[in-house]
Amino acid sequence: MASIAEHAATDVRARGLSPVWACSAVAFLVVSLVIGVLAGPIHLGVGEVLESAGARLHIPGFSTPLSPTDEAILWQIRVPRVVLAALVGAMLAVAGATYQGVFRNPLADPYLLGVAAGAGLGATIAIAYLPQGLRGQRMLPVAAFVGGSVAVMLTYAVGRSARRERDAATFILAGVTVTAFFTAWQTFVQQQNSETLQEVYSWILGNIPSTGWPDVILVLPYIAVAVVVILALRRVVDVLTLGDDEAASLGVDVRRVRLALVVAATLGTAAAVAVTGLIGFVGIIVPHTIRLLTGVGYRALLPLSVIVGAGFLVLADVVARTALSPAEIPLGVVTAFFGAPFFALVLRTTRGGSR
Amino acid sequence: MSAIRLRGVTVELGGRPVVDRVDADVADGEWVALIGPNGAGKTTLLRALARLVPFAGEIELDGTPLADLGRGQLARLVAVVPQEPSTPPWMTVAEYVLLGRTPHLGPLAKEGARDREATARALARLDLLGFVERRLGTLSGGEKQRVVVARALAQEAAIVLLDEPTAALDIGHQQQALDLLDGLRAESGLTLVAAMHDLTLAAQYADRMILLDGGRVVADGAPTEVLTAPVIARHYGAAIDVVPVGDRIAIVPRRSG
Repeated sequence: MASIAEHAATDVRARGLSPVWACSAVAFLVVSLVIGVLAGPIHLGVGEVLESAGARLHIPGFSTPLSPTDEAILWQIRVPRVVLAALVGAMLAVAGATYQGVFRNPLADPYLLGVAAGAGLGATIAIAYLPQGLRGQRMLPVAAFVGGSVAVMLTYAVGRSARRERDAATFILAGVTVTAFFTAWQTFVQQQNSETLQEVYSWILGNIPSTGWPDVILVLPYIAVAVVVILALRRVVDVLTLGDDEAASLGVDVRRVRLALVVAATLGTAAAVAVTGLIGFVGIIVPHTIRLLTGVGYRALLPLSVIVGAGFLVLADVVARTALSPAEIPLGVVTAFFGAPFFALVLRTTRGGSR
Repeated sequence: MSAIRLRGVTVELGGRPVVDRVDADVADGEWVALIGPNGAGKTTLLRALARLVPFAGEIELDGTPLADLGRGQLARLVAVVPQEPSTPPWMTVAEYVLLGRTPHLGPLAKEGARDREATARALARLDLLGFVERRLGTLSGGEKQRVVVARALAQEAAIVLLDEPTAALDIGHQQQALDLLDGLRAESGLTLVAAMHDLTLAAQYADRMILLDGGRVVADGAPTEVLTAPVIARHYGAAIDVVPVGDRIAIVPRRSG
């Protein structure tokens, strides 16, 4: 018996990141990044971009063929915008997947616990009450981040105060409650200051700003830490899908692990939302598409969501800024307008057993 | 030393004692059936043993108070087979049974060769090696039950708590499941505590029965001592005959009128 088992042990493994899916995801991301850098009203060729990159990296023999203006467009506008889109897309996708696992709810999205409504309120207050000069680039993200974080802390406090047995569903209900309250408050502020409607509205619909590296540097630490924490705990997310009791009887400190995952996903999402506004659907469509195509558990789903989410939002942003150029379509509109039919197609063509 | 020792164990839910001052001992390698009418506190007592619900009184496992055991330590000592285990349909049998290795891993660690071997041994014991790649969503009820038991075995805990392990199974699969547990106990000296509704079935396998009613232990002994017509009448409100079958007994309900 022992020898059979030892022999069989080689077959007994969890489906981790299979090389095929990992390579496909990375290829998708690389292609997206290339398209993201090349697409735009000013034409830049692949060769020129590569030579310019070589020169930037001080590789001997390379010198940039681009004019100083094109250099600036490439390195101060386009590349940081693509990087920002990739970071935010990765964050939203992995946060959605994390919430779906932690709350055992396939409809959970990154905004589940009120982060969107809180950030919306923070942004609206900043737009409505702060003097024009202050509001600009610097204060709006801060206000949105504070609003989003406060909303989630409130959700957690409401969820914890529940006198019934506290389970994952309690926190979803608390999130719904806090979202309703903050949305009402935000609508009120907006109505009282109707001259700001346009600005608030365009923030709410979401876009990747072309503001260069400062925004990237602003969100990078939050997103990096969040992604590292989530990926480190990815096996435990599989255990959590068995429910609180079974996870606890397997020795998992359910409350602490859930708190760590939720804090990571929420802080990362709040940072992303603060800079880009609300971009819907990414946290639902990316994890579910991966699930439907590969049928994998969380230990593979989470890293794949990071990679595919990054590529997806870069492509969506290309559409947002080029489809009606020079006007920009709100990014949230693009993700839903192209995401929804695509997702419907995936639902149609995959069936049975893969979920 | 007894594997499980309970002294004055009380669990209150909503201000009402659901388990009330329970004293009991379970010896190493013993098979104990926890019986009693609906709402007697069987499931709650099992949950207290697994520290899934707060309790008053003393519970000792292998001589160590439950409170002194770390989460991982406890999970390496006690495995739980819940009445309605969640079996995510997308998980493969291998992935699911490997989760039983969680208490042997750090929170950030991956399963190693030792974990895969323990899992393969559990799968081999339950005749599931051919199912490794199957998804849980494609299994029948009986196969799922075996997979859940395999997960508990992969945990390599000396004590296994089972809540109605045969409730969802037909008579053939009931027998299969209990024969299997019996065999595992004989091979590896597992201590089994199972809440059971089917008294006849329980009487064929258990060394001992603990009868709970209203949260209290009202009878504790060999099946032939506990399962008598007056006891069943008093605590289940059922009129039955006890029929000897070999050296065991069967319970037959008596039709009224």
